[in-house]
Order: sequence, then C-alpha cells, then structure tokens
Amino acid sequence: MNYSFEWDVFLRSIGGNETYLSWLMTAWRWTLLVSVLSFVLAFFAGFLFGVFRTTNNKNLERIGNAWTELFRNIPLLVQLFLWYHVIPSIFPVMNKIPSFLLVVIALGLFTSARISDQVKAGILTLSTGQRYAALALGLTITQSYRYVLVPQALRIIIPPLTSEAMSIIKNSSVAFAIGIAELTMFAMQAQEETSRGIEIYLVVTGLYFASAFIVNLVAQFIEHKISIPSSAGARK
Amino acid sequence: MNLMALDFSFFTWHVISTFIIKGLLFSLHLTLVAMAGGIILGTLLAMMRLSSFKWLSVPALVYVTTLRAIPLVMVILWFFLLIPLLTGKTMGAEYSALITFTVFEAAYYSEIMRAGIQSVKKDQVNAGYALGLTYFQNMRYIVLPQAFRNMLPVLLTQTIILFQDTSLVYAIGAYDLLKGFEILSKNYNRPVEAYLVAAVLYFIICFSLSYLVRQIQKKIQIIR
Repeated sequence: MNYSFEWDVFLRSIGGNETYLSWLMTAWRWTLLVSVLSFVLAFFAGFLFGVFRTTNNKNLERIGNAWTELFRNIPLLVQLFLWYHVIPSIFPVMNKIPSFLLVVIALGLFTSARISDQVKAGILTLSTGQRYAALALGLTITQSYRYVLVPQALRIIIPPLTSEAMSIIKNSSVAFAIGIAELTMFAMQAQEETSRGIEIYLVVTGLYFASAFIVNLVAQFIEHKISIPSSAGARK
Repeated sequence: MNLMALDFSFFTWHVISTFIIKGLLFSLHLTLVAMAGGIILGTLLAMMRLSSFKWLSVPALVYVTTLRAIPLVMVILWFFLLIPLLTGKTMGAEYSALITFTVFEAAYYSEIMRAGIQSVKKDQVNAGYALGLTYFQNMRYIVLPQAFRNMLPVLLTQTIILFQDTSLVYAIGAYDLLKGFEILSKNYNRPVEAYLVAAVLYFIICFSLSYLVRQIQKKIQIIR
C-alpha cells in the first residue's frame, strides 16, 4: 500500500481562525464532557438501584431488578434514539433539553444498569455480620447502608467502576448519531471534507487511548486516597 | 402529542416482511458469524497469550489491548475506510461489518477463553502430558472442552452484548434491524412508533436470551 501521509491536514483552515486542529480539540472536550456527566449520573443511579437490590424489601428489590433489566437489554444506540425521537414527542417539556444532555441521560442510565450490578455484588461480598453488627448497634437500615455497607462496598468495586468509566468514554462515540460534535463525529466529517482519513482516524484513535489512560490514572489516585489502611489490597 | 395519538396501524405484515425481517436476518447473521469467528480466533489468541514464547504472547497482548481500548464505532469506521485502501476494491457495508465484528469480538472472546483455560487445574494438564499427549492434543481433548463448559454462560452473555452492538453498523449504513426501523420511520413519518417498537423488540430478544443464559448457568452449577 502506497500512502503518503499529509499531517499538515490538521493545519488547514475550516473558516475564520479555526483549523482542523482546533476543531479536534473542541471535539475532544465534548467527548470528555459527555463522558464525565454520564458517569456522574450512572454512578448515583447505579448506586441507588444497586442498593435497592440488596435490601430485604421485596418491592425495592423488584424496582431495582426492573431498572437493571430495562436499561441492560436495549442497545445503547436504540436507547439514545428513544431519548431523542420518542420521549420529547410524548413529553413536550423534554424538547427544551439540549441534545448533548439527552446523550448524557441515555449513556448515564445505560451504564447505571451495569454499575447497579457491581454495587449489588460489592455489598453482597461483605459478610452478613457487618449488616447485623450495624443493626445491633442501633443503626437504622438507612444508617447502616450510609455508614457501614456502602463505604466498604464502594472501595471494593473501584476496579470494575474504573473499567466502566473507560467504557463510558468509548460508548460516548454513539453521540455522533444525533449530531453531537464529539470525536467520532469529527472523524467522520473531517474525513469526508479532507479525504485524509488515515491521519484523522489515527489521531482520533490516539485521543481515545489518551482519555482511557487519564481515567486510569485518576482511578488509581482515588483508589490510593480512599483505601482502608488495614485491608488486603491497601498500599503501605 | 400524547400517548393517545400513537398510531401503530402502519405495522402491516407487508411492512414487517419488507423492512423488519430483512434487517433482523442481517443482525442475526452478523451476530452468528462474529460469534463463531470471534470464538475461534479468540481461542487461538488466548492460547498465544498463555504461551511461554514471547513472540507469540506479545502480539496477542497488543492485539487484545488495542482493540479493547478503541470504541467499536471507530473500529467499524477504520475497517470501512482501510479495507478498500488495502485491497483496492470497494466493499459493501455488510461485508465490511462481518469482518470488523469478527476481528473486534475476538479480542473480547479471547479474554473469556483465557480465563476459561486458566480455570482448568494444572494437574489436568500435567496428567495429559504424562499420558504422552502433545500440546495440541492436550488442548483439544482435555483443556478446551472444560474451558468451554466453564465459560459457556460468559461466552453467551458476550454474544448478547454482541447482538446489541450490531446496531452500531448504523455508522456505515449497513442494513441491520435498527436500519430497518429507521427507514420505516422515514417512509411513514412515524419515528415515535417505529423506535418504540424497535426498543421493545430488542428488549424481548435480549431479555429472553439472558433468561436462557441464567438457566444454563444453573444447569452447569449442578453438574459441577
């Protein structure tokens, strides 16, 4: 294959003072913004419904299970189309929401199903003695979750949460389908305009790598900060 | 618009058989090809990764980590762009998707098979060698059959994820199940109903498959 690289494609102007490079950087910021907001939503919703599934209350368990099954068994792209095409025409209030927030909702709730699984597993690995001891000390159910179970489960599930955070960055690429100007959308459009697909795809792929790497660093830092000194995995 | 205004009457048998069945068949075709190809390629990659030869394990490690770090949509676009450049011929979106998904899923199946191979006790492998089996005979008759059985639920769960991911061929315009609904929504100008039915259909398929996987999991647990 004879392909001559033309890296200066990134310096070409797209009008005004903007170049493909500055467009690329804006696109990267969109990817990161959508990912971070989605993760925050996924984290809180995942925790809430994951905790529901470990309570002894049958109704809460059912709600938690239904939530998880609903958001796990529909492809992310289809969920995104539901939020974009279907929900706003049934609830006109949703028309006012900017489309990047619809991506955040879709991606956040999709991921919350997976996080709720991890939260449930994390809480169930704790010995039942922890739950009973908390209740014996006179804590209410809510307090025992707040002060005893959740803080420990959170530390246990940091490694799977980290890979979820990395998946969110990868999954944010579906946002191209509703026209959010993130990295994948940039790659598709810039390739069409310049026909320098290889250079553009290489750089965009590199930025996805870099984003995953940053997430990994942040996660390691957090894990180190909040580890319990006496636990098996803790660094001395 | 409220819920009362929904009108599903355009879902006639003619519409279903023209738009939906065609897409569904391609989605299933893609899932089965990528599953079979991905598990075969993935098993080879897993064997390479567990090899003591660096020249086998390092390429497998690079293959798996690279593909797992890139969004599937990007991989789909890469192949759609690169294959014509490499072969000099243009390739239809459907064929391109078949190759892409096989290559991509192999990375994920290989991690499952690696865990499966490692779940077989070292004694079994040593016993095989003591009986005079070669490496490949050992793999063929002792390790892989057990690895497959131990990992069957995980392999199937990955296949359900694969089926959901086939909707991403949207990026290159291949005619899959979701595309069928999209065309339908445009032809009849009924996006709300079309995407609602799409979501329900995907949900029914994936939910029943994962129910099936849970049943298989229970069966395997009893045997062990």
